[in-house]
Amino acid sequence: MQQIGEAIELAIGLLLAADADLLEIVTLSLYVSLSATSIACVLGLPLGAILAVTRFPGRGPVLVLINALMGLPPVVVGLIVYLHLSRSGPLGFLGLLYTPTAMIIAQTILIAPIVVALSRQVLEDLHLEYAEQFRSLALSARQIIQALLWDGRFALFTVALAGFGRAVAEVGAVMIVGGNIDHLTRVMTTAITLETSRGNLPLALALGMVLLALAMAVTAAVHGLRAGTAGHADA
Amino acid sequence: MRFLTILLLASLGGMAEAGNIILQSTTSTANSDLYDHLLPRFEETSGILVRVVAVGTGQAIRNADNCDGDVLLVHARPAEEKFVAEGGGVERFDVMYNDFVIVGPQADPAGIAGLDDVGTALKRIAEAEAIFASRGDDSGTHRKERMLWELTGIDPVPASGHWYRETGSGMGATLNAGIGMGGYVMTDRATWITFGNTQDYGIHVEGDPLLFNQYGVMLINPEKCPNVRAEDGQVLVDWLTSKEGQDAIASHRKGGQQLFFPNARTAK
Amino acid sequence: MPERMDRNDPTGTRACRIELKALAYDVAGTRLIDVPALTLEPIGTTVVMGPNGAGKSLLLRLMHGLIRPSAGQILVGGKPLSAEQCKAQALVFQKPVLLRRSVAANIDFVLKARRKDRSRCRDLLERVDLASLADRPARRLSGGEQQRLAIARALATEPDTLFLDEPTASLDPESVQAIEGIVTAAARDGVRIIFVTHDVQQARRLAEDVVFLSNGRVAEEASADAFFNSPETDVARAYLSGHLDRLVET
Repeated sequence: MQQIGEAIELAIGLLLAADADLLEIVTLSLYVSLSATSIACVLGLPLGAILAVTRFPGRGPVLVLINALMGLPPVVVGLIVYLHLSRSGPLGFLGLLYTPTAMIIAQTILIAPIVVALSRQVLEDLHLEYAEQFRSLALSARQIIQALLWDGRFALFTVALAGFGRAVAEVGAVMIVGGNIDHLTRVMTTAITLETSRGNLPLALALGMVLLALAMAVTAAVHGLRAGTAGHADA
Repeated sequence: MRFLTILLLASLGGMAEAGNIILQSTTSTANSDLYDHLLPRFEETSGILVRVVAVGTGQAIRNADNCDGDVLLVHARPAEEKFVAEGGGVERFDVMYNDFVIVGPQADPAGIAGLDDVGTALKRIAEAEAIFASRGDDSGTHRKERMLWELTGIDPVPASGHWYRETGSGMGATLNAGIGMGGYVMTDRATWITFGNTQDYGIHVEGDPLLFNQYGVMLINPEKCPNVRAEDGQVLVDWLTSKEGQDAIASHRKGGQQLFFPNARTAK
Repeated sequence: MPERMDRNDPTGTRACRIELKALAYDVAGTRLIDVPALTLEPIGTTVVMGPNGAGKSLLLRLMHGLIRPSAGQILVGGKPLSAEQCKAQALVFQKPVLLRRSVAANIDFVLKARRKDRSRCRDLLERVDLASLADRPARRLSGGEQQRLAIARALATEPDTLFLDEPTASLDPESVQAIEGIVTAAARDGVRIIFVTHDVQQARRLAEDVVFLSNGRVAEEASADAFFNSPETDVARAYLSGHLDRLVET
């Protein structure tokens, strides 16, 4: 327990000193996970909306599959991406292994099912309320999806946050495809793993606290964004 | 939606250069800060940036076998020689050694403190059924440990999960686990000296020639892997085995102790 | 158009005459709508009345193409009901479903989606007396204001036929009056109004024709004067005198 006190002191010290190495790691964590979240949302939200408003044969199994993919272990995603990006893999010629881009790809694959599955649920509930009115207005499928995405934007922010939370907290995927290379692919979680393996438990814990502060800052920023524009939302 | 697009574009634009060369190496060398000590010196003289991927020896060799990297520096001589023989690496050079030690709690339930005969120590641990944390991850350290058990004639695997605990993790994680369970752990000295979470643990067994731990370095074969930056990679291999590189290895100290002992043939 | 058109539209230029032929709608083997023949002329205000469960809302949804009949035909302007014809209709629901955005944005959304002149937004809001609330979140309006906005949104599609499904059912008297004023003005402008209500007084104020439904069947179809002064069926008489419950019970 003494180590926790030590860790809190260290964490505060790290934050106050704005240590250059820490700043680099924090920036890369944010860059990788925010990029992955953005790409997962750009791809996943429209897909979630399409699944919410359409009915087609095999839709049930597709939903079951996507919901199951939410539970993908990060290590498995990391391995799959590694096998593709490895020099001996099909995409090896791109030279992406051990780069932040590889980490973004892995985290995008990891969280896209979360974004699709949760946005599908959120938008299907919303569509239940709107469907008859939309049909009366004779809207196209595209117009319906755009309207749902915009009107569901606050719930979808929370969906994006869920995806970001998983991305920024995972270590298995980025460790394998990033390699935890100092000044290149080291992020908060891989740094924590490294310090743990060095037996520097208070420092590892302090980094964990910084990561928590980071996640809270992002959440607060999103909520601030919500509060600032929530005027037109229905409570 | 617009800010998402901007981030998307930013991330595509950010596809980073992979650094100059990639060194596939082990957790034991990286965790003891050896590369933090060596690489700035190398980069200064050569102008080549080195990126280190630190994994177990087994995984490092597999990554190298997949052409993911330019240079391999590990410690499992038979596996290294097999890798070179199969065309994965160009030529293997001895670069340095350190040694393994067995660390344990002050209570010393198997009574092995002070022994310099690793075979006797392992036998006593097995007889006492004292907890022993093994890497269990096919790393260089793990291979060494299994070889030592073989020499004693004791097969600990049937006791796996009982007193023989295979963590399947890196050196640091295995030390954390072993110390948490009050068990013995075989570790390389460098990792132990730099390890932070030692609690009441100390070195119980050391000095047996069998505990010698040789590191080898080799260029990944550019004939098999055309992506290998052979020229720059060879500069690193040459430097590590040169007088300058060997002196740099010898000067890496923690708490007044030397962690690695250079022994490249070319340096002499 | 300030002048009322000829109510029977002898030239037949308006394409929104609705004819129902042998129309039936079943759910789980029960026939909820059964209309052998009914013609709604393309001009004026028709009030559809009847007790709860008579099928008023179902009939409206069938004519607007929201649900498909189990049997029979709906002809609009002499042709089977098509998606194009449904686009020329609008429906105001009992409970307005507004988008989660501002009052003006709700109108603009429809103008844009339906490729209408987006500069009409202000004008539409003025027609329903909501111009001063244009920037307010639509979902925070009062019930009456929300329904007025729903009507403005329906009018934004420039419908030739406007269906209203008990739009004032749960509103205060002032809101009811405001909405009746808006509907009357729209009718005066030539929009065909088909208005469902179970409020007899409201029906008297608005109706030019009445269709009286009972158990999914058209019990009476008459001009407003004829229906209110001399209803022909027992069920209509009982409904108008407010004694329908007793009649149904016995």
